[in-house]
Amino acid sequence: MKYAFSFLAVIALILIAGLGSQIPGMHYLFGVAIPYLAIMLFVGGFVYRIIQWAKSPVPFSIPTTCGQAASLDFIKQDKLDCPTKTSEVVARMFLEVFLFRSLFRNTKSEIHDGPKLTYESSKWLWVFGLLFHYSFLVIVIRHMRLFIEPIPRWLTAIEGVDAMLQIGAPTLYLSSITLLIGLLFLFARRLMNRQVRYISLNNDYFPLVLIFAIAVTGILMRYFLRTDIDIINIKNLAMGLVTFSPVIGAKIGAIFYIHLFLVSILLAYFPFSKLMHMGGVFMSPTRNMANDSRAKRHINPWNDPNIKPHSYAGYEDEFREFMVEAGIPVEKELPAAKDEV
Amino acid sequence: MAVPKLEQLSKSVVQGPSLATGAVPTKEWMDVQAIFKPGNYAYPAKVEKVEYLNSQKDLNFPNAREWSPEDDDWKLPEGWQEIILKGLRERLDKFRSLKIFMDCCVRCGACADKCHFFLGTGDPKNMPVLRAELLRSVYRNEFTLGGKILGKMAGGREMTIGVLKEWFMYSYQCTECRRCSVFCPYGIDTAEVTMMLRELLHLVGVGINWILEPASNSNRTGNHMGLQPHTFKDNVDFLAEDIENLTGVKITPSFNRKGAEVLFITPSADVFADPGLYTAMGYLLLFEHIGLDYTWSTYASEGGNFGLFTNNELMKKLNGKMYAEAKRLGVKYIIGGECGHMWRVIHQYMDTMNGPADFLEVPKSPITGTTFNNAVSTKMVHISEFTADLIRNNKLKLDKSRNAHVKATFHDSCNPARAMGLLDEPRYILDHVVDWVEMPENTIREKTFCCGSGTGLNTDEIMELRMRAGLPRANAVKHVIDKHDVNTLSTVCAIDRATLTSLMNYWNPGCKVCGVTELVGNALVMDGENRQELDEGLRTLV
Repeated sequence: MKYAFSFLAVIALILIAGLGSQIPGMHYLFGVAIPYLAIMLFVGGFVYRIIQWAKSPVPFSIPTTCGQAASLDFIKQDKLDCPTKTSEVVARMFLEVFLFRSLFRNTKSEIHDGPKLTYESSKWLWVFGLLFHYSFLVIVIRHMRLFIEPIPRWLTAIEGVDAMLQIGAPTLYLSSITLLIGLLFLFARRLMNRQVRYISLNNDYFPLVLIFAIAVTGILMRYFLRTDIDIINIKNLAMGLVTFSPVIGAKIGAIFYIHLFLVSILLAYFPFSKLMHMGGVFMSPTRNMANDSRAKRHINPWNDPNIKPHSYAGYEDEFREFMVEAGIPVEKELPAAKDEV
Repeated sequence: MAVPKLEQLSKSVVQGPSLATGAVPTKEWMDVQAIFKPGNYAYPAKVEKVEYLNSQKDLNFPNAREWSPEDDDWKLPEGWQEIILKGLRERLDKFRSLKIFMDCCVRCGACADKCHFFLGTGDPKNMPVLRAELLRSVYRNEFTLGGKILGKMAGGREMTIGVLKEWFMYSYQCTECRRCSVFCPYGIDTAEVTMMLRELLHLVGVGINWILEPASNSNRTGNHMGLQPHTFKDNVDFLAEDIENLTGVKITPSFNRKGAEVLFITPSADVFADPGLYTAMGYLLLFEHIGLDYTWSTYASEGGNFGLFTNNELMKKLNGKMYAEAKRLGVKYIIGGECGHMWRVIHQYMDTMNGPADFLEVPKSPITGTTFNNAVSTKMVHISEFTADLIRNNKLKLDKSRNAHVKATFHDSCNPARAMGLLDEPRYILDHVVDWVEMPENTIREKTFCCGSGTGLNTDEIMELRMRAGLPRANAVKHVIDKHDVNTLSTVCAIDRATLTSLMNYWNPGCKVCGVTELVGNALVMDGENRQELDEGLRTLV
């Protein structure tokens, strides 16, 4: 029941924010202090983690080659999956980061009577993974309107596309729905796919539940609980935060503080969790290196030049007699046999 | 340990209650102990082998002793936990790959059913993600904020003897084949994790004999079989005699000859063990055919590198012989024979560890004039690259009908496929020498399945495990046997030639295993030949 713990934790967080923000004088804590702290932890933690990774060298060139290497002229290189040039590596990384290319390869294996093993293409995780990540991205971008004045045209354009369906008032954003669908799939998969269920930790359920709660509070605020939500007020607070002159104006509903608190928790949790895959994917040596290690020497900073092979001289000393007898050339001839002297 | 009958094992992999077949274990994985019993572990290294390695300069193989995985007490050194944790910290500082792979996994499970060991055993801890979690749980506990504060709640785990035993069991049920890494959205490579686990285990004297004995042999005699120079030469000479009997062509190979243009290094199994012998005969015929000025070496008589399966230092030390010998003999460059992990070391490690090879020249085929631009720094060319270039330039007289008895398929060996990208060169060669077909698409090229016995697991006491782990490969071969009457499994790996032979004998009796160069040797029309009726190619008994 590892997922139950995550629900409890998120419910506790919701209660803390919902009740806490209603205590007079606590608005500042939930509206200003905690968000600042969270941002600091996020940025500081993220940078710290990247630096920690970068401090360890990449001693060997270890790309996973997923296609034909550059070799003879008449053999066609697979430039994306077995890159040699930087531009090809960048292309490989682009597809990896933006289109989850490795996940696109996914297969599902089954063992049938016989035995007979089959491997069928399985793109569900890829589809819903993309859906979730891009929805999240669009939502983050949409929220930028709270922090920028005047609102740039590109942002309005993205919102326009996101609200393309023109359903309801306020208009429904597609990303709100697709994010929830993505989350539900990822969560259901964790529970229902027996392999994934067996490996899942609290660390896996918690972020899903947390992001789900963030999405739901956001949706509630936009579409349903609008009475206490003065968007002008919220924008003033957000602008105040980014300009380091935060003000909390008229009363803002608890739902807003819950939403903001959960986002703060997510930001603070991010650098210390598996969510750092966002940074790590760029630094994975099996993906971001060129497969040119026979053409260009890769340097290992801790390579120990003192490690030498068992020497030829030592080898010949041990086996010289046999070598001479077998007619194998030697560096040092055998000493003249004593009885011949 | 007796291997179960084919029917038994066939049933067991389909119906056995395992995670691969639908049963979900009732206990959390952290609560399941590794239990050792005869047949599920490879024998520990012999005391004298560990002592020999430990006595070598720059090597550290401490705590040589008699011990058995089945015993409760593994006779670990005093303070072994600190040794392990200190070793882990050092490796985190030395390998970015390790840090990233410890931190970035989201446990999406894309790798879970990609591992041949998981498919064959159904053991959850053979899912690559869980194999890595065996280490990751300790890492979280000791090296991450969440793990330090929340412990088990954040997936952390103390370093206990139970954990260590688990590491031993599952780092020796991984062949470092990298198939999982192809499917991982972050490219997490379990080979890196397994290597670290094995390195850490060696720090407290936990290792297996089938790796450390060949490794010490390689260090002392130059090859893992322990062949002394005269025996090595005799073996190659025997092969030359066989060739003369079969084809009437007299070949006089040279050994440790200074001033040769090329040094040729191949796994020693090729000159010693069936069916690698026929591949070695292929090399001899090929080089004779084109009049290559080359020499064998008895000192650097092993292409394979058992150090890769132990630790970095030993890998480097063993590999160092290749350049040392090339330098001593004054050759221009090196050609390497067919071998999987040998080429992982040459392609991804050698130049970094033991280069720069500035005493060698950029490899250029003396027959075709082709410069091997992909090897300008290491100065070492793969035999398949070399041969494909010869065929492309019409330098070989080939008669495909001489392989009429063969209907082949091709097994991509893990390392050439996923750590090198050598996929189409052997295929190009096959196209010109034999009638052959591909296995199903999800089992070839970068998605190829391991033979199941790589990284030093090719030992008889774990035969059932090997047959299970090799099942995905064997099953794909069976598919083309049933569909296309394939009778030969060709490959460019010496370990494969040994292990796939056992695997075929078990799952697909009647299917032979051969090297690609054996098929080249079969098809070559030699000058001045006086060829007998060879209806089984170089394997014909005359």
